[in-house]
Parts: sequence; structure tokens; C-alpha cells
Amino acid sequence: MSEGGIVASFVVPVHPHTVLAPDKNPGWRKLRDAYDDAAATIKDLNADLIIIYSTTWPSIIGHQIQADPNPEWVLVDHDFHDLGSISYSFNIDAEFAHAWNDASEKRGLQSRCVNYKGFPIDVGSVVALTLLNPDNKIPAVIVSSNMYANRSETTVLAKSCLDVVKAQGRRAVAVTAMSLSNRMFTDFIDAKQDKIHSLKDDEWNRKILEFLEQGRMEDVGQLSRTIHQQIRVQKVVAFKPMWWLSAMNGNRNDLTGKVLAYEAIHGAGCAVVHIDPTPSGAGEKEYDEDDVEYFHGERGVLDSAEEAPADTQHEHEQPSDGGQKMEQNGPALWDPTEAEGSVNTDAAPKPVGAYPHARKVGDMLFLSGVGPRQPGTNAIPGGPIHDENGEPLDYDIKAQTHAVVDNVKRIVEEAGATMEQVVDVTTFLVDMKRDFSGYNEVWAQTLGKVGPTRTTLAIDALPTPIAVEMKVIVHLGE
Amino acid sequence: MGRGQIVAGCIAPHPPHLVYAENPPQNEPVAEGGWEQLRWGYERLRDSLADKEYDAIVLLSPHWQTYVGTHFLGLPQFEGLSVDPIFPNLFRYHYDMTVDVELAKAIHDEAEAAGLPVKMMENPDFRVDYGTITTGHLFNPDWDKPIVVISSNRSTAYYSVEVMQEIMVELGKATRKAIEASGKKVVVLASNSLSHRHFTTESEMPEDMSKEHITSHAMHLWDMRIIEYMRTGQSQRILDEMPEFTEQAIAESDGGGISWLLSTLDTPDYPAILHGYGTIIGTGNAVVEWPCYQHEVTAA
Ligand SMILES: [Fe+2]
Repeated sequence: MSEGGIVASFVVPVHPHTVLAPDKNPGWRKLRDAYDDAAATIKDLNADLIIIYSTTWPSIIGHQIQADPNPEWVLVDHDFHDLGSISYSFNIDAEFAHAWNDASEKRGLQSRCVNYKGFPIDVGSVVALTLLNPDNKIPAVIVSSNMYANRSETTVLAKSCLDVVKAQGRRAVAVTAMSLSNRMFTDFIDAKQDKIHSLKDDEWNRKILEFLEQGRMEDVGQLSRTIHQQIRVQKVVAFKPMWWLSAMNGNRNDLTGKVLAYEAIHGAGCAVVHIDPTPSGAGEKEYDEDDVEYFHGERGVLDSAEEAPADTQHEHEQPSDGGQKMEQNGPALWDPTEAEGSVNTDAAPKPVGAYPHARKVGDMLFLSGVGPRQPGTNAIPGGPIHDENGEPLDYDIKAQTHAVVDNVKRIVEEAGATMEQVVDVTTFLVDMKRDFSGYNEVWAQTLGKVGPTRTTLAIDALPTPIAVEMKVIVHLGE
Repeated sequence: MGRGQIVAGCIAPHPPHLVYAENPPQNEPVAEGGWEQLRWGYERLRDSLADKEYDAIVLLSPHWQTYVGTHFLGLPQFEGLSVDPIFPNLFRYHYDMTVDVELAKAIHDEAEAAGLPVKMMENPDFRVDYGTITTGHLFNPDWDKPIVVISSNRSTAYYSVEVMQEIMVELGKATRKAIEASGKKVVVLASNSLSHRHFTTESEMPEDMSKEHITSHAMHLWDMRIIEYMRTGQSQRILDEMPEFTEQAIAESDGGGISWLLSTLDTPDYPAILHGYGTIIGTGNAVVEWPCYQHEVTAA
């Protein structure tokens, strides 16, 4: 299987005129012809997947991905219902949709698949798929545009998509169904009189198209907020599709662009643009906005800090959990990483970074630092050492030490070993003076009986509000 | 034929969660209850109007969003499946509704005469928006009254709340005029929530009420302020503060429903009845009734 990737990208318009009434206006006809050219290009490229990011499908709970393998219905536009109806029956790659959803969750995004008979597929997606994939030969996938998403979230959405494109070795086409300027005339017009709503909109549209024709997709991405302010109807999904499309193309400025058509539909700026990933030779230009691999932002309003019981106030945002849990003052929780020899278990607390619970090398097992947090709930037996404002709290070092030993035992047993095989332990205490004797007492009752070598260090802080952590080495031999 | 009359005007919010929680046979998903404060509010509203006679319901829904003029459902019957594009897990409702096309056309014509861009929607394949279905169901679960459905013209998006309100006040006047001329008794519904900042996550079980609360104190204060104006008959103040409310509470009033309703009721100076208030995925919602039947002269 060859390495997958994006073989072409397209910007396409959303209004139904290109499907239902191309001959009522010469501009609409040009857009339709350009759409048909784009379809021919996609066919020639032997693409095996069409991915649509649609600005006419807004979502609130993260991003939604269409996963009905064969959605069928009749679309009627809310505004342009008098143009007629578009019947559709699409070929959706549900497997890809689910894989994308999983990949998104892994990268900290809130996302979900939708698979419901009669789900109202949005006008932009229906128009784009009807025209770009007329015989439905190429499987497609559609993603919504989240109303609250910012650039990093949208970028990460593209990266999770690319994860799957690469993993599945797909020849994918990325499509944004969108208007440029989206101000329409607020009154009904004679089709023949259609034009771009205003000179200013037209000038901005031409500027965007000039950039795209030069392959400067990333520059358009960086200008998106300005473009939204200048030529977009506010409160409609913001001008964010270029964030997605730029990230789908590696945030580059040296792509090869071609504007196939630029015309007005009821005043809105509509274009069909083909972006070829082949380097234009113009030389890569600067890229200075933050590039983001994982999404850590703004989610999880449901779990506000004031609601959380005291012992779970230090739960962490979980990239692995769709970012459901918001952390105000501590590190995020991660799924343990997987690599050769790694040993991971749900019975131990989640890592606070990209590392496994333990790793085997030959007959040795090395554990990552283990604290007292409880798997699942993340509660700290004996209580956290400070509150969310950093105010110290009373805590029980013995209870914490017992919990550490229990967590160590779970990981050791997951590796098929026993506590008797522990050979060396390094213990970190945040308050040697206060805690050494309590810790030492529990040690004597537990690991002390096994007999590993031991080193105890006083340190300034641990990443979570705990007082004790152990670093353990196990000999797995006979 | 006597003079037509507005029997009552209501704010009747439409989050699909309320229909989901009721488990009516028309809706596919199944819930373990939830959002009872608002559902009881709707129950009290229905009780309050149970002995009032009326011929039709006129409803404006912010989820039939039109950017080019104001549109009216223009065929006598619509049936189909309404799936909420944002909460498809909660709302997949099989609807069958009767439209009072005559009254719709009358309002359309009045609005046109007032200079507003308007259009009748006569495509039989049209899928009625979920806001209309939700409010329609909660207000009248038997669907035994014909309904007039008015789209929400998104002029806020183009201009400002002030301009939107001017348009909606005009549309309200036209609505009132057409109702009075029709000889019909009508209940008018603004399908609308108040503050409208959503949570961006959903609980594992959406009806888990331990997770439901307003998104912020500021949103709560705005909701209470607007409700207080309603309860004390200060509709003009609501209209006056609409720009600030709409902007600061990200309120669904941007769709014009509340402005239209108050104008249709002739900016009532008598108190409205608050039947219930609650939050839905963090947004503020109130079920409110202006009992026009007590205040408006009946010319029978
Ligand atoms: Fe709504």
C-alpha cells in the first residue's frame, strides 16, 4: 500500500443554482461548467475518497462526521425552494468516517459520527457531492463546521483526517463547500441581474483568488479572520474553511492553484478553485502561526471547577476522552503510549504525558513514575496536597503511600510479574520533613518486606497535587 | 364574519431536548425524562389555554432561516421526518401538519403591502424545520389546529439588531392586521429561547440533569431581567434593550421572534404569565404567555 495523501483540493460554492438552474444566468453556467471540470479532474486523478468540509453544516457539540453509508433524501433549500428539489443518494465511506472520528478523539477533539435515516445533509454538501461525484463512484465523507471552533481546533481536525488518509493509503480529494463573500441580496432579484453584492466584496474576493492562484493557501488561512470581518455576514459560520484546507495541505504557500470560475450567486462570491499539491516552485514562504498537533482548548464547560467534589478538583483534561474534563490548573491526562515492550493497564491512573505505564527490555521492566491517583476517578486517597488555587490542604501521607504501592502492584502484575521481583525503587517526596516517617512506616509494611534497594529524594513539586511518587525497576527473570 | 382576534401570544422555546424527554410516539429516540421545569411550564401553558377557543396557530421559527426575505409555508399539508442536524441523537420526529394557507397568504400579502420582501413556500418536498416541529408539538401535541409558519429573516446578520427589529415590528403589525381582517381567533407563538450560549460538550446521557445549568452568571442575569420586564408588562423596554440583550446574551432573539411577537401583540403593557424557566444545554429558556383574552376587546 502506497503512502496516502491529498491529490487535489477544491473550493466550491454552496448554493443550489449550479445544480437546479445553471442556465438562468451565464455566471451560474460558468460555475457549473467549472464544477464539471473539477469532477473530470477528480476522475483523472484516480481519487478514491472525497472529503467535504461544509460551511452550511454548522455544529455545536464538536464536529460531526456523516457515517450513514447511503444517505438518501430530497433536499429543498430554505431560501431558494422555488428552484426545485435535489434528490440525493450518496456513497459515504462510513469506515473512514469512524476512523476519522477515533483519530479526532485521540487528538483531543470533541467529535461524533452521525448515522440516522433522514439526516438532513446540508445544501453545500449536497451540491458539491452531486456535481463532483456525479456517478457516486468515489466514496465520500462529510464533516460539519463547528460554530465555536477556532483555528487550532480546525487545524487539528484536518490533522486527524490526514492521520487516517495516510494510515489507509488513500488518494483523497479535500473539498471546502463555501462562499467567499457571503453577503446575498436581501431582496428577490431577476436572475439575469445577479452580481457580486458590493465592490468591496468583489475586491476582497479577487484578492483571495489571487492568493489561491499563487498557491498561497496558508496566507489565506492567516487572513481568514480579517476576511470574515470584511466580507462575511456575521453569525454565519465564520470564514474558517481555509484553516482546514490549509492544514489538509500541510500549511503551505507553494501549492499550485487554478481558479476555474468566479461568479456571483444572488450576490454572494462563488468560486471553483483547484489546488494542486505540486510545489509551484515559488519557494516556501514564511509560516508564523502556531501549528497545533493536539487540541487542549475551551471544551468541557459541563465540568466546571466549582461543581467538582474536593477530591476530584484536580482531574485533568483528557485528550483521550474528547476533552470532556476541563482542567483549570494542572496537566492533561493522556492515554498511555504504545511502543515495543510497553505495558499499560486501565487498572493504573492515566499518564500526565505521552509515556507508557511501563516498558520491558529483555528481562527488565522499567516503570514510569507512579503516584497515588486512583484509576478511573483520579481521586487521591488521603486527599490532594493543595486546592485549585494552590492553597495547602491537610492530607494523609500513609494513605497516599499505600495507594502508590497498590498502583505499582497493578502495573507489575499487568506485566505478568509479582511484587517480589521489584529490585530497585526511587521515591520522591514533596515534603520530606512532614512525610518521611509516615511514608517509611507504610514502606516497611509493604515493599520493605520484599527487599528492593531504595533511594528517597525530596523534590519541589509533582505535576499533580500529590505528595509521593515512586520510580520502580523490576527484574522479570526466573 | 367578526373581527379576528389574538387570543394569546407566547414565547414557546424549541430545543428538541424537550420533545425527546417527553417520549412522544412520533419521536424515535427514547429518554429517561429530563428538563421537567420547562416541560411542566408547557403543561401549564396548555392548561391555561385549554378552555380558550381558537382557529389557528401562527408561529415564527428561528430555524427556518431565510436570508432573502420572509417566507411562509404555502401548502395545506406537510408530512415527513424531521431530524435535528445538531442533535440528531435526540430528535427524529415524524410529523404531519396542516397549514392555514389562507391566513398565511393574508399575512404574506399584508407584509408585502408594507414593503417587506416575502415569498410563499410552495415546494411539496420542503422539510419543515425542527424549531417549528418542536414548538408545534409542545404547544399542541395533538396537532389538531392548522398552523401558519413564518421563516426567520436573518437581517441581523446583514445589518444590526436595530434594523432587524424595525423589520420585525413591521412584520408584527402586518401579522396583527391580517389576523384581525381574517375574522379568525389565533394564538401567536414565538419559537424562541432567551440567552443562547451552549455548552460545547454533551453528557453521556443528555438528560442527566445533574449537568444542566446556565452557562454563566451573566446569562442568568440577562434572562431574569427580560423575564422581569415580561412579568411586569414592560414590553417596550424589552424592545428598547433588544440590541444589548441580543448581543450580550448571544440571544436567539437575533432571529427576530420576540420583536415580532411583541409587535404582533401591540407591545402589551399588561403582565405576561411566566409558566416556566429552565436551561437546556446551558441556554436559557422561558415559557411565557401574554393572556390577550383578558385584555383585548372582543368584538364578537
Ligand atoms: Fe434554537
